[in-house]
Amino acid sequence: MSEELTDPTKGYLSTRILTVQLKRYDPEKDREPHWQEFKVEARPIDRVLDVLMKVKWDQDDTIGLRKSCGQGICGSDAMRINGQNNLACKMLVQNLKSDKLTVEPILGLPVIKDLIVDMKPFFDHYKSIMPFLVNTDPAPTTERLQTPAQRERFDEGTKCILCACCTTACPPFWGNREYVGPAAIVNAHRFIFDSRDQAASERLEILNDAEGVWRCRTVFNCTSACPRGIKVTQLISEVKRALITGVLDMPQEAEVLA
Amino acid sequence: MSTPTYHRFETIIVGSGGAGLMAALHSSKEVGTAVVSKLYPMRSHTGAAAGGIAAALSNIEEDSWENHAYDTIKGGDFVVDQTPVEILCREAVECIYDLEHMGLPFDRTPDGRISQRRFGGHTRPVPGNPSKREPVMRSCHAADRTGHMILQTLYQQCIKQGVTFFDEYHMLDLIMVEGECRGIVAIEIATGRLHVFHAKSVLLATGGFGRMFKVSSNAFALTGDGPAIAYRHGIPVEDMEFYQFHPTGIYRLGVLLTEGCRGDGGIMFNGKGERFMETYAPNMKELASRDVCSRSIYQEVRAGRGVSGKDFVYLDIRPSTINKYKSSPIHRDGLEVDDHFIESRLSESLELSRTYLGIDPLKEPMPIQPTAHYAMGGTPTDFDTRVFRNAAGEVVPGLYAAGETACVSVHGANRLGTNSLVDLVVFGRRAGKAMAQYAKSHDFKEIPKDAAVPTKKMIEGALAKPRTEPWVRIRDELQTVMMDDCGVYRTAEGLANARQSVASLKKRYESTGIQDKGTVFNTGLLEYLELGCLIDLAAATVASAESRKESRGAHSREDFPDRDDVKHFNHTFATKDGDFDVKIDTRAVDVIYIEKDGQQVPKYPLEVRKY
Repeated sequence: MSEELTDPTKGYLSTRILTVQLKRYDPEKDREPHWQEFKVEARPIDRVLDVLMKVKWDQDDTIGLRKSCGQGICGSDAMRINGQNNLACKMLVQNLKSDKLTVEPILGLPVIKDLIVDMKPFFDHYKSIMPFLVNTDPAPTTERLQTPAQRERFDEGTKCILCACCTTACPPFWGNREYVGPAAIVNAHRFIFDSRDQAASERLEILNDAEGVWRCRTVFNCTSACPRGIKVTQLISEVKRALITGVLDMPQEAEVLA
Repeated sequence: MSTPTYHRFETIIVGSGGAGLMAALHSSKEVGTAVVSKLYPMRSHTGAAAGGIAAALSNIEEDSWENHAYDTIKGGDFVVDQTPVEILCREAVECIYDLEHMGLPFDRTPDGRISQRRFGGHTRPVPGNPSKREPVMRSCHAADRTGHMILQTLYQQCIKQGVTFFDEYHMLDLIMVEGECRGIVAIEIATGRLHVFHAKSVLLATGGFGRMFKVSSNAFALTGDGPAIAYRHGIPVEDMEFYQFHPTGIYRLGVLLTEGCRGDGGIMFNGKGERFMETYAPNMKELASRDVCSRSIYQEVRAGRGVSGKDFVYLDIRPSTINKYKSSPIHRDGLEVDDHFIESRLSESLELSRTYLGIDPLKEPMPIQPTAHYAMGGTPTDFDTRVFRNAAGEVVPGLYAAGETACVSVHGANRLGTNSLVDLVVFGRRAGKAMAQYAKSHDFKEIPKDAAVPTKKMIEGALAKPRTEPWVRIRDELQTVMMDDCGVYRTAEGLANARQSVASLKKRYESTGIQDKGTVFNTGLLEYLELGCLIDLAAATVASAESRKESRGAHSREDFPDRDDVKHFNHTFATKDGDFDVKIDTRAVDVIYIEKDGQQVPKYPLEVRKY
């Protein structure tokens, strides 16, 4: 290959010293959360998660954070990094604007310890919108048919990993934790617009509630916070439109499937 | 530490990945079931499986479950139990339809059926020329997020069905009485409280243990808790020497770029710009099975043909390259690959490359190297997922294992791509049904009042010990020695070194403690205990690799380069023997015989494995 290619070893060769400001809270010791500063040597290619684990493993093993896959698919390590919600494993040191890294728990959920929040209220909202396919017709012996266009219609919502980055970036949610929040609406959208599902009207009714979709003020924080690039605000707007018009904007079944 | 909290369920499922959730769905239909998992549901590593799930649906190309079974057996280099493989490949078809009915958003063909694509090692006889084989489209997919979609769908169904979950409860012990399993002991991570779960049947579905290697595609959580804890209770682990290194890990990071990249026409190049798989697997090329591709990359790097003489090669999925080599299946229909096609089929891989390498795969090839990926071995079970207590195949009443945790064995010496997800759903389902059946026909048996005491002592011991050195250093050394001496290539000297190193690391591990003495979310304590699991399983892996003096599938001995069907056509059972020693036994491979010309002959005769 003759063309100029990126050298993947480059990101491993240099290091820089980062100043990490970490919001600490240990319910067994602290009455209030407080900031603690660490210095850590990091390579450009390191994930913020690597930086935090380096601090934990080399300097202070008492730091509490969740992690699992390390590649942005499990949704464990949502946190507020330099004021923005993100997954710690999806942000690289080389993309930081300065040598300062501020890390705190996501907002709006009770903090258990350091960066760990209680996810139960978040999952309760998710469960409230009937996040499962409802189809009471007898199942065929093979698959239910669906055109590629019908499948594409609800693709966006299927990318959700329930990390809570969107919901905990949402100002209306900060103000009112009864609001189901963007993540729950995204998952409702995923089923409302699935041609195989039969419970769209029930889900729309749930979302028409005082704590439903009308709490959304179209701030777009959710969309910019989503580490999966889901167009969250757009999906919420589509649910609102379905409620206002009473019509589901769905691709027609192709003739071949009729 | 206060008195443990007591719970009683007919069945307990440990782990909330694909196998655990599938089992939970089926078990909870019949008996009281709870899922105990150290991670929240949806956080499990099933979610990282990208490429697809194989089943001979024949939606695009004519196929049969027999083809799938043949490929699975050949892919596993024949040390595969054939009855479970036939179950796997037959039941795969109905499991796929089940998943679709549950709402799984499979990609679709133009006529509305589940879309399928090619994957390494999946073939069929060439129509009109059945002595030759060609790649077949068998992998059912949902973009390159198939595992994520499976996990999502199963969790959604669990919610619908009201399955009980104990989220973030970490299993630390099995309750074994008179050779039977009667429950588990777990720590509630948020409080540090111990819980005793009294049960009639227990499923180990804790996933793999790829964290014992330095470059790994595995999640941090994959530390083999299930097999390790069973191993400490005298239950063997099977075929531990067969560990799969996936050829296309992201350089240094180890995160996986799906095999779907190659299924859709991606090509691997060495530093000289040569398509080196033409040399190693002239027929299947990049779609040869994973062990073959990984060894080929190692050979290229050793011969100095890595990129810039370094230890990586390129995976190229640029449309211009794929069109030049006409390597995509769509070329047969006279179509060309474009950016949109790649974006829609491989969006996750593109995203991973852009995020972690800063490389846009539509414009540049991606630097890759083999990465520790999948344990073919694990806790031995029969095809109803009942755990064996020994190589003779006696079962442990009440104990079950499924998914990567288990060794059924359907993957033998090397697993085919997409067969891990098939394994999860097929044997997860069988587990749920078998456990419920067992629970219905048995009464609860007593457990000792002090069932949690050994766990309590283990935790108190870890908290009381002085921190003589950071345990992280021990973990790093373990991962390095396993990668270097028990990785893609192995020798007697390397394995002897690994054996001694693991033994000395175990001593160091046992003498050091941890820094965090708290009870709330003491992740330091849990990671320390997880390391203990990895060390025990590493010892079993090395001993198993030493005992197999041949090369087969993923187990490649430089000092024994050939397959030896006379001495080694069998499974390896490793049992803990004292603190450091491992006892090795063997078990015959399950072979199906058929009648041909009045004689009993093997249905899947041994053959030289070439691609």
